[in-house]
Order: sequence, then structure tokens, then C-alpha cells
Amino acid sequence: MNKAALSAAGALFALVSTAALAQSTPDPWPELAVDIFHSRPIATADGVIALDAPARAEDAAIVPMTMRFADPAQIKLATLVIDQNPMPMAAAFTLGDKSGVGFIETRVRVNSYSNVHAVAETSDGKLRADAKFVKASGGCSAPAVKDQDEAVANLGKMKYREFKSADPARREAQIMIRHPNSSGMQMDPVSRAYLPAHFIDAVEVFQGDTPIFKMEGGISLSEDPTFRFTYAPNGAKTIRVEAHDNKGGVYKGEWPIGEAS
Amino acid sequence: MLRRMLALVAALAPLVAGYPASAFSLSEIAPGVYAHQGETSLMTRENAGDIANLGAIVGDEAVAVIDTGGSLIEGRAFLAALREKTQKPIRYVINTHAHPDHTFGNGAFLETGATFVGHKNLPRALAARGPHYLSAFRAQMGDALDGVTIVAPTLTVDQIMTLDLGHREIVLQAWRTAHSECDLTILDPKSVVLFSGDLLFLQHVPVVDGSLLGFLDVADRLAAIKATQVVAGHGPLPAPWPKALEDQRAYLMRLTADLRAAIKKGEGVGTAAKTAGAEEREKWKLFEDYNARNATAGFAELEWEGP
Repeated sequence: MNKAALSAAGALFALVSTAALAQSTPDPWPELAVDIFHSRPIATADGVIALDAPARAEDAAIVPMTMRFADPAQIKLATLVIDQNPMPMAAAFTLGDKSGVGFIETRVRVNSYSNVHAVAETSDGKLRADAKFVKASGGCSAPAVKDQDEAVANLGKMKYREFKSADPARREAQIMIRHPNSSGMQMDPVSRAYLPAHFIDAVEVFQGDTPIFKMEGGISLSEDPTFRFTYAPNGAKTIRVEAHDNKGGVYKGEWPIGEAS
Repeated sequence: MLRRMLALVAALAPLVAGYPASAFSLSEIAPGVYAHQGETSLMTRENAGDIANLGAIVGDEAVAVIDTGGSLIEGRAFLAALREKTQKPIRYVINTHAHPDHTFGNGAFLETGATFVGHKNLPRALAARGPHYLSAFRAQMGDALDGVTIVAPTLTVDQIMTLDLGHREIVLQAWRTAHSECDLTILDPKSVVLFSGDLLFLQHVPVVDGSLLGFLDVADRLAAIKATQVVAGHGPLPAPWPKALEDQRAYLMRLTADLRAAIKKGEGVGTAAKTAGAEEREKWKLFEDYNARNATAGFAELEWEGP
């Protein structure tokens, strides 16, 4: 084999690999913006919404994401999109009027190298987005349920935690729900049947009877979905949660709000 | 012209994977017990996924293979090396769990007609994770991943199972969720060698892909197994048993204590993942690759403790 042929082959090989790479990772965002936000113009965040995301997904199944709002009164809806996931729309949070939600932290699955978008709809009807790039986890980390038997055994259990809030005008709390939140897209190698999907699709959180937020989501949320957030207290005595899954499961919890803020 | 060029590219392909099959080492660590030590590294194109320890036990009649490596290339090299040691039929191929570095070589053993054996949860774990593993590892392994298929076991172990290799009965034991949700150990009572799979890591930082508390519990119960030597899933082999468990236990205990303290303080998972276990950093290889991941998963698990 002569040198010219080798270098030509090398060039072709490089061309093929680059093309393959480009083909395997086209930017899905323009299409997602059409599908999820119906082609409405999306402006830059401009401080209205900010997304905290780790530079690398340490565990593909549990990647913390925090959406922060400069002025909660301005935010109607905040949507978290994992661009490269099979179901990119991870969660959409409708904030209650005067709920004063300063941030919402949740955990998602990140299948591969992906942009993550946090999109706020403000009270004037405009959309603003912040985005972060998240590197995929290395090694044998998969966006899968850790222990499927355990996940089923504990289905629907809930836990409520309170934290000392950095902001004296707000309280900080966390809602945790035991659920496999499984995608169901994998095929059982023995039966050759697809496992059915089983995931939380809606969670409503109230103080007393007043909504703090309502979340609509899907399989991109991690197993045991969890939401940590701040809110402006209205004097209610309890935090109440109602969660629904795609199989009709309904899970409820109610806890007294602590004295200390 | 284009077709000729493509043919040329295809012809070059086998040359670009740099894994020297001739270098595959398989040593007899006890009479009839063979083991291969993988490199303490991440799976790459250059090492063809050869990062896990593998083994084989030879009875009077037949052979049991324990894990098959991280690629078809490595699986074939293992089979060739094993064939130089024994011509007896390979009756069983046992996978200690679902991870790619232990199962991606399975395809190389299909032609032997062996029965594939694993934990009762292994088929489910491979179904849930296999397709992701195949696509995720393409980026770091390139063409060294060619030909890899997901081969699930047809013989599964609920608790304990004995396999007869001809005057050599080996004991397979399935464990609760620990390193993963499908960990299986293999004891050869004749040589008193234990193959722990990834229920034991040496030098390579332990990886928690199941349950941190389960890992601690199972590792403690493993210590009761009557063996004198162990082939860990990763690291030097053979190692003295049960002394070999000590470093891993210290790591898992430190991580658990740090995470509990972080949760009590009200830290978030992202913050805790940066600091938990840090004291163990100098004691382990690949710490930066796995510790934050272990801490993340451990945090999500331990957060459910208490009222």
C-alpha cells in the first residue's frame, strides 16, 4: 500500500467519523422548542431564571438540577428539558400565585452528553431560557433503577424535610416520593416483552389548601423523585402533597410545618 | 474508487484496535484454578475493556468460566488462553454481575455451547442496562466494541446453587443488592479460593451501583465464607481472605459517615458529592472517576434513613 493511498484512506476515515459523529449528535433543541414551546420565541435568561447543573453527570441516574428565580412573582411556569434524553421534557412546574418559590431542585437522568434547558414563562407570557451542558457519566453508570424489587416494595412512601432557609422571608422544604419512575423501554431478554413504563406524571404541593407548585413530568426524573424548594409561608399549618402516576396510582402525604424558619 | 477506499478503510480497521491478544495472561493460582488480572483503568479502545479480573475452574470433566471481559476481543483472547491450558469442554459461563467489563466478552463463548449462569436479577439488569451500555461505551471504546452482544443467562441462581465440574463442585451464591442488584460469588471448596466479583475491590476504588448499606452488609457477611484466598473483581490476585475486605470496608464506612453528616446538616446532594469520602482519596486508584458517583447514589439512599 502506498503512502498516498494511506493518507487518502486516512482522510476518508476522518471524514466518515466526523460525519458519523455529527449524525449521532444533531442539536435537538430547535425541534424541541417547536414541540414543547410551540415555536414561541425564547429569549435569553437575562437573570430571570438560572439553571445550576453539574459539569458532569456523576451518576447517570441521579443528576441534581436547580432552577432559580430572581423574582418568583414574575414566574408562571418553569420547564426543565434534557435535550438528548429519550423523553426530553423532564418536568414542568406551574408555580402557585404568591407562592414565592425562589428555587426548585430536583434530580434527573442524563443518558448522554446533553444540553439541559431551563425555560421560564413569565407573567407577561414571554419565554426565557438558561442552558448548561452536562457531560455524560463515565464507567458503568446507567440511567436505570438501582434495585427494582426495593423500588416496587416501597412504592408511594413519602418523606418531608425542612431546612433553615437562607432567606428569612421564605421557608425551605423537600418532598421525596418512593417510585421507580421507570422508562419501561427495555426489553426483557427472556420473555422478549417490553417492560411497561411506570412513572410519576404529576405532583401537587400545597401549604394548607394553597398551591405552592404543580409538577408535570416523565421518565427523565430520577427514581424516587424529590423536590427541594423555598416558598413564602402564608400561615398554613401543614404541607400537603398529592402525586399521580401513569398507571393511576395516587400517593398522598401531609406534614405539620415546623416552628423554626 | 469510493468503494475501493471504503474497502481499504475496512481492511485497516482491525489494525487500529491496539489490544495485543498474545499478551493476555492467565495464571494458575491453585491446581485447576486460573485467573486473569485486568488493568486498573477505565475501559478504553487501547485496553479493549480488559479492566476486570476473570477466572476459570477446571474439574475432571468440565470447565466453568467466571466473567468474560469487556469486549469480544478480550473474550476471544481469554478463550484462546484457556484453550492452551485445557481442552475440556466449557460447561458453564458464570457472570458475577451485569457490568460491561465482566459481560461484554460473553459472545466469544457462545460457540462453546456453554450454559450462561447468573444471579436471578441478571437477565432483568441486562435488559434495563444493556442497550445503554452498548451505546455509551462506543464513545470511549470505538471499534474495540465491535461485535459485542448482550448475552443473558439461561440458568439463574436464587440463593445458592452447586455446579458439578467432575469431582469438583463449586458453590454459587446470590446476594441482596450491594455493589449491584445482581452480585454472585463463586467458591471452589477444593482450592478454598473465592471469586468475589465486584463485591470486593482492591486498589480500584469500590463502585456502588446498588446500595451503599447493602454493600457494607454483604461484605461483612462475605467474611464468614470459608476461603483462604480471593480473586477480587478488580486489583491484585490472589489476595488473602478475609483480610482483603478491610480497605474496602474502611472506604464504605467513611463515605457512609460523611454522607450522614452532610444530610444532617441539610446539605444538597451536589455539595455533599464533592466532599464525602475525600479523606480516602490517596488510598485508591480511579478515585476521581467514581467517588463522587458513589457519594451521589449513597446520598439518595441514606436520605431516606430516619423519620
